[in-house]
Amino acid sequence: MSVEGLKCKECGTKYEESAAYFCENCFGPLEVSYDHSGLDAAEVKRRIQAGSHGIWRYSDFLPVSGSPGDPLEPGLTPLVRADRLAELLGTDAELYVKNDAANPTHSFKDRVVAVAVAKAKELGFDTIACASTGNLANAVAARAAAEGLESYVLVPADLEEQKLLASDVYGTNLVGVRGNYDAVNRLCTELVDTQPWAFVNVNLRPYYAEGSKTLAFETVEQLGWELPDRVVAPIGSGSLFTKLGRGFQEWIDIGLVEGDQPAFHGAQADGCSPVATAFAAGHDVCKPQRPDTIAKSLAIGDPADGPYAIEHARKTGGNIESVSDDEIREGIKLLAEGTGIFTETAGGVTIAVLRKLAERGEFQAGEKVVAYITGEGLKTLDATRDTFSMHEIDPNLESFDSEFAAQEVSA
Amino acid sequence: MSVTVKIPTQLRVATGGQAEVEVEGSNVGEALDAVFAAYGDLRERITQDGTLRRFVNVYVSGEDIRFQQGLETAISEGDEVTILPAVAGG
Repeated sequence: MSVEGLKCKECGTKYEESAAYFCENCFGPLEVSYDHSGLDAAEVKRRIQAGSHGIWRYSDFLPVSGSPGDPLEPGLTPLVRADRLAELLGTDAELYVKNDAANPTHSFKDRVVAVAVAKAKELGFDTIACASTGNLANAVAARAAAEGLESYVLVPADLEEQKLLASDVYGTNLVGVRGNYDAVNRLCTELVDTQPWAFVNVNLRPYYAEGSKTLAFETVEQLGWELPDRVVAPIGSGSLFTKLGRGFQEWIDIGLVEGDQPAFHGAQADGCSPVATAFAAGHDVCKPQRPDTIAKSLAIGDPADGPYAIEHARKTGGNIESVSDDEIREGIKLLAEGTGIFTETAGGVTIAVLRKLAERGEFQAGEKVVAYITGEGLKTLDATRDTFSMHEIDPNLESFDSEFAAQEVSA
Repeated sequence: MSVTVKIPTQLRVATGGQAEVEVEGSNVGEALDAVFAAYGDLRERITQDGTLRRFVNVYVSGEDIRFQQGLETAISEGDEVTILPAVAGG
């Protein structure tokens, strides 16, 4: 942790550390800036390896250290070698799945919330809040419960029941807003001026976003201190996507890992594809859309980090694709059958794009390709309802035999 | 047409602390020009070469002007024009 302060990504204006999130001069987003010049790679590596079993082992690269014995410490989720999936996709690439559903509230949002809340406490806030498409609300509500903080989570009122329940169970103030995520977001941006709260993804956003870098750090560590050749990751606001890139870059810069940035492939749903559309058209800014997709966790029609996601995909020789709702459902099934991991719709988006890329022959033999699975399938049951089949039988051998013998004959 | 333009906290330093400014105008562009006429410092923070900076969002009574006619979006008596940073969320 060698934080210099906050810095505008657009014009470079510097600010002291505070709950500020946009530049007063040009409205650009603020980002945490560090001075890593004093870090010795070998020493940092030893510190990481001796660290906690979660994101706080990367404190050298985060704006806070986290409390020792954090009961909800996220991170160090499995990086699974997915040979069966590669076979199903017909690719010779070395395929990996980073299963970030294996976090305390079953999504990558536990990472960003852990960082934001640690910073919020340091800045003296006792109430935390967020604008969310569901997963973030779950993470904020759980962390508030664990830390004894007051919380308000604002979500679109028509969200999946599982995500509403998995927020309210923690005793938060669950606020269902009659509008889409972008409306919730706008409301929260106004509430920042009227409530003395730490909105993790509004006024604490510079710190919050840093948490996503830990996914890049873990990937490198779990690949045996090597960089992947390609990554495939979902794009909602574009924050995860760009911070993955920043994570790899920080480690390349200080010599913790050798090589170049992986090619970055972004994944969106057709029904909410402002970033993929702008990428395809060669634009630098995203035209906002009104989302209509089953991938509600990615249904952000006005993505704040869209321009940076486009820039990073271009710079690394990657691209940004979108897929239909049917392809998303097929993606969920493909991942489940190929790896034993049941993901939510956002993961379906990622796998559907992975499949497109593989089928188009974009992966070379032996290339290390990592797909990021950011959430859990049980949270989006609506999307997969009625897609399963069951053999219903009586509790006796005859009934079993007749069901399965009948199947064999027909096969 | 008289409308209220709401100013985010961080920009109130340029409006002498005012959170809201009452101006006249028939569309968003005219209303903003009227605000800039009163508080010149705001023009450069919000616009660049005559268009809105890329991280500035403007809403008329809650509706994003990019879904309407941008700076040409018509406003009616009593409308609220809100200027917000676009860097939240996700």
